[in-house]
Amino acid sequence: MKSKTTTIKVDYLARVEGEGGLYVKVKDKNVTDVQLRIFEPPRFFEAFLLGRDYSEVPDITARICGICPVAYQMSSVHAMENAFGITVDGPLRELRRLIYCGEWIESHVLHFSMLHAPDFLGYPDAIQMAKDHPEIVQAALKLKKAGNDIVTFIGGREIHPINVRVGGFYKVPNRRELKRRLKDQLEEAREIAKVAVDWTASLPCPDFERDYEYVALQHPDEYPYNEGRLVSNKGLDIGIHEYPDYFAEEHVAHSTALHSVLKARGAYHVGPLARYNLNFDRLSPMAQEAARNVGLGSQCYNPFKSIVVRAVETLYACDEALRIIDSYEMPDEPAVKVEPRAGVGHGCSEAPRGILYHRYRIDDEGNIRDARIIPPTSQNQKTIENDLWQFVPQNINTAHDKLTWQCEQVIRNYDPCISCSTHFLKLHIEQE
Amino acid sequence: MPVKRKPKLAVWKFASCDGCQMSLLDCEDELLAVAEAVEIANFPEASRAVMKGPYDLSLVEGSITTSHDAERIHQVRRASKFLVTIGACATAGGLQALRNFGDVKEYISYVYPTPDYISALQKSTPIADHVFVDYELRGCPISKQQLLETISAFLHGRRPITPPHSVCVECKRRNTVCVMVAQGTPCLGPVTQSGCGAICPAYNRGCYGCFGPMESPNPPALATWFENLGMSDTDIVRSFRGINAYADPFRKESEAHEKQNYNN
Repeated sequence: MKSKTTTIKVDYLARVEGEGGLYVKVKDKNVTDVQLRIFEPPRFFEAFLLGRDYSEVPDITARICGICPVAYQMSSVHAMENAFGITVDGPLRELRRLIYCGEWIESHVLHFSMLHAPDFLGYPDAIQMAKDHPEIVQAALKLKKAGNDIVTFIGGREIHPINVRVGGFYKVPNRRELKRRLKDQLEEAREIAKVAVDWTASLPCPDFERDYEYVALQHPDEYPYNEGRLVSNKGLDIGIHEYPDYFAEEHVAHSTALHSVLKARGAYHVGPLARYNLNFDRLSPMAQEAARNVGLGSQCYNPFKSIVVRAVETLYACDEALRIIDSYEMPDEPAVKVEPRAGVGHGCSEAPRGILYHRYRIDDEGNIRDARIIPPTSQNQKTIENDLWQFVPQNINTAHDKLTWQCEQVIRNYDPCISCSTHFLKLHIEQE
Repeated sequence: MPVKRKPKLAVWKFASCDGCQMSLLDCEDELLAVAEAVEIANFPEASRAVMKGPYDLSLVEGSITTSHDAERIHQVRRASKFLVTIGACATAGGLQALRNFGDVKEYISYVYPTPDYISALQKSTPIADHVFVDYELRGCPISKQQLLETISAFLHGRRPITPPHSVCVECKRRNTVCVMVAQGTPCLGPVTQSGCGAICPAYNRGCYGCFGPMESPNPPALATWFENLGMSDTDIVRSFRGINAYADPFRKESEAHEKQNYNN
């Protein structure tokens, strides 16, 4: 019998941040090749950070990503403070959590309502979806705005905030102002987020599970943003400064891409599902209850369910933001004093898409001498491809157009941010 | 009478962070109204549905950094009746134009262990270096208000209003005390185009030039002020060599001080 080869090809992936494509080759119902192609032009951030002053780094690294600039600012300021031996505590630490809550809300809602949900309901985009479900899209936009308004108020603007600096902020709000500007809106947003958990859980979800190694930050008593240890469900438990000892960028044959892997075990999964599985008991009671009510246990291995987890994390971020606003006391100074000194600093924070690791070597005048940035999407790339290796054979009898769309959905499960990951990725080809 | 066809809007991405096209999705209060007024015909970041060109209005984000993109921008121009560049990357080459002052080969081998696979042009250049641009919106990121103003002006067949004056004017309007005069904080406001709302001085820091040079700026005069505030040539080079490093007036000023630093 003649063998039959088909390909699933998407030249330009839509509803992801940045430029990428997909290529899957199937021979006699077996997958023989999977390529997540990244053709985003490289921008060489690590190279032009060299020789810059430490104080410029948060403004520069923010420009890696227009969707999660706060994550880049947070990982870089924590890395710098780690190098200088500075701890930022009290209300300044709380304000950093607050601005991060804003970014999670903004980024998560953008993804689950406008980029991901249309896949589940068969719409090309949220605008078309809005014609049939206007109330859902309007509520989502309101929720997203609440997140953006946090970032705008604390950070000065929603994209590339200007108020974050090593040691804290340039200006901090007083208690009354903070409440007046954000509280009512966030209380309304929290109610919308509860509905969003129910709604995302009601979407038709493909039956698909994999035994992932989830990697996320873990803090003794908080759901993680800026601090904690790096842990996994398969025994990893290390300090942030040990990242380079346990993780590596791996060359794949005939490929220009570097895949982040755990040296001991290979591919791993970062992002909302990883955080949720490793930190469920640290979510606020309200977020835990909302998850339980829709039948989402404390463990979840279906990547399509990430849409529900993003809604749960959005609810948590609203809840946490309100907690911070209620207990906030204005600090005496907007930043702690920074004395640069020579050294190496590591920072890792939980970007909406997963752990974002930064390392800098700084000289005694505060100039950057070496920089490494490892974004979440480059860490998930191998896992995304592995999902496709398993998903396609399981659904090989699905009509070609539908299967192509579902493969795109598999990729969008990770909310990939290709603009970010392109420090390290150019094109990945895996040969038969 | 035939129904009037809605104008087709396309959004294109070159080397960038996606932030400027995100500004459109960040118009939470206006997005659905925009979608009513135009046909969103090509916006891959938001939709998997792509309509064929030509497009009435194209928004172009990002700079040209690869030979492939240098070709692609001509296709975009051919398919677009009215082309607006959005953001510092598209209008000035962006932060990634910092490589224009170094050697791109060194940059590639610093970031990528297999440099042979990476193809990149020596310079990151603005869209207007390659094709005719009908209008440009400055900023890193652009202002949402200016974006809506531009779409709205396009729909009404008039020219958009985006003031070319300096950030200083915006500071005066919002009653912000001058950070440079009052606190001695270096600020690029006097040579930077307005549009951001003068947020940095309002947050007690100096402007760092996201919107690029204003119309007819005087960077040498500002640099003299910076020297009087105790800034070294290295510091002055850094301050002009940021988000809009390759915009002419800023580039010339940073190069002048680099030379001075070298001669000293």
